[in-house]
Amino acid sequence: MPEMTAIETVFTPWQSLAGGALIGAAAVLLMLTLGRIMGATGILAGIVVPASRSEAGWRLALLAGMISGPLAVLAVTGRMPSVEVPVSLPMLLVGGFLVGIGVTYGSGCTSGHGVCGMARLSRRSIAATLTFMLTTAATVYVVRHLLGA
Amino acid sequence: MRLLIAYLVGLVFGAGISLSGMANPAKVLNFFDVAGTWDPSLAFVMGGAVVVAFIGYRLVLKRPAPLIGARFQIPENPRIDTRLLGGSALFGVGWGIAGFCPGGALPALGTGRVEVFVFVAALIGGILVAKGLMAASGARAAEAARQGK
Repeated sequence: MPEMTAIETVFTPWQSLAGGALIGAAAVLLMLTLGRIMGATGILAGIVVPASRSEAGWRLALLAGMISGPLAVLAVTGRMPSVEVPVSLPMLLVGGFLVGIGVTYGSGCTSGHGVCGMARLSRRSIAATLTFMLTTAATVYVVRHLLGA
Repeated sequence: MRLLIAYLVGLVFGAGISLSGMANPAKVLNFFDVAGTWDPSLAFVMGGAVVVAFIGYRLVLKRPAPLIGARFQIPENPRIDTRLLGGSALFGVGWGIAGFCPGGALPALGTGRVEVFVFVAALIGGILVAKGLMAASGARAAEAARQGK
């Protein structure tokens, strides 16, 4: 029996489109107000390894807002957004560590490169996004269909 | 004021991530599992986010400066190098293993699920190790990176 079983999820085009539009709106708002790229990697790294106190401050406030996001959804819809994890804790540790190394060397992740960079038509971000989408798909295929997890 | 704005931007981002399904590893992994339990929802997240950011950035970047702060801080490094592609490739492997990316996991902390804390702890570990490796790779590499920035 596989250790990690794939969980079926329901196709939610409208809800995902609305969520995506909010993500895009947040990126635009941050550029309009503070003039910054809305990248989760840069925001977290700027808190963990702060360049200065003022640089860490707005990032901490933004992180607090992010964490309040699911609670806002709970308040409006009456349901906590679902987090289903078909992955064991050791694999979450391995995956998280690799993500941390990768986004630091790659200077960004799905939000910074995938949303903000693509929206700016940055060649660097398009190259990064194509690369990680490809290796993510390949990894999922290997884990689920070759290793049979 | 800066902190309040940053909090609100984070809230919009976190609510968007929560609604979209990006905070749900089962849904994220199913997007990449075309050969298995495929769920195309995340294409709508990316589509919605990029279209809104594409239009919004065009309007915002016509301004001489952001509302707060002297200038827009946008990465201008045009180089597509091994560091960018290798880092992004590694990020994809981690994302494919864990199902969380940084922008999905940080808002998901608000659900209080232990899996999210495990992932984020490993993510921070990876960021610290990568920053350490980069710093240790010597003044010459650091200089090259600075010129690359």
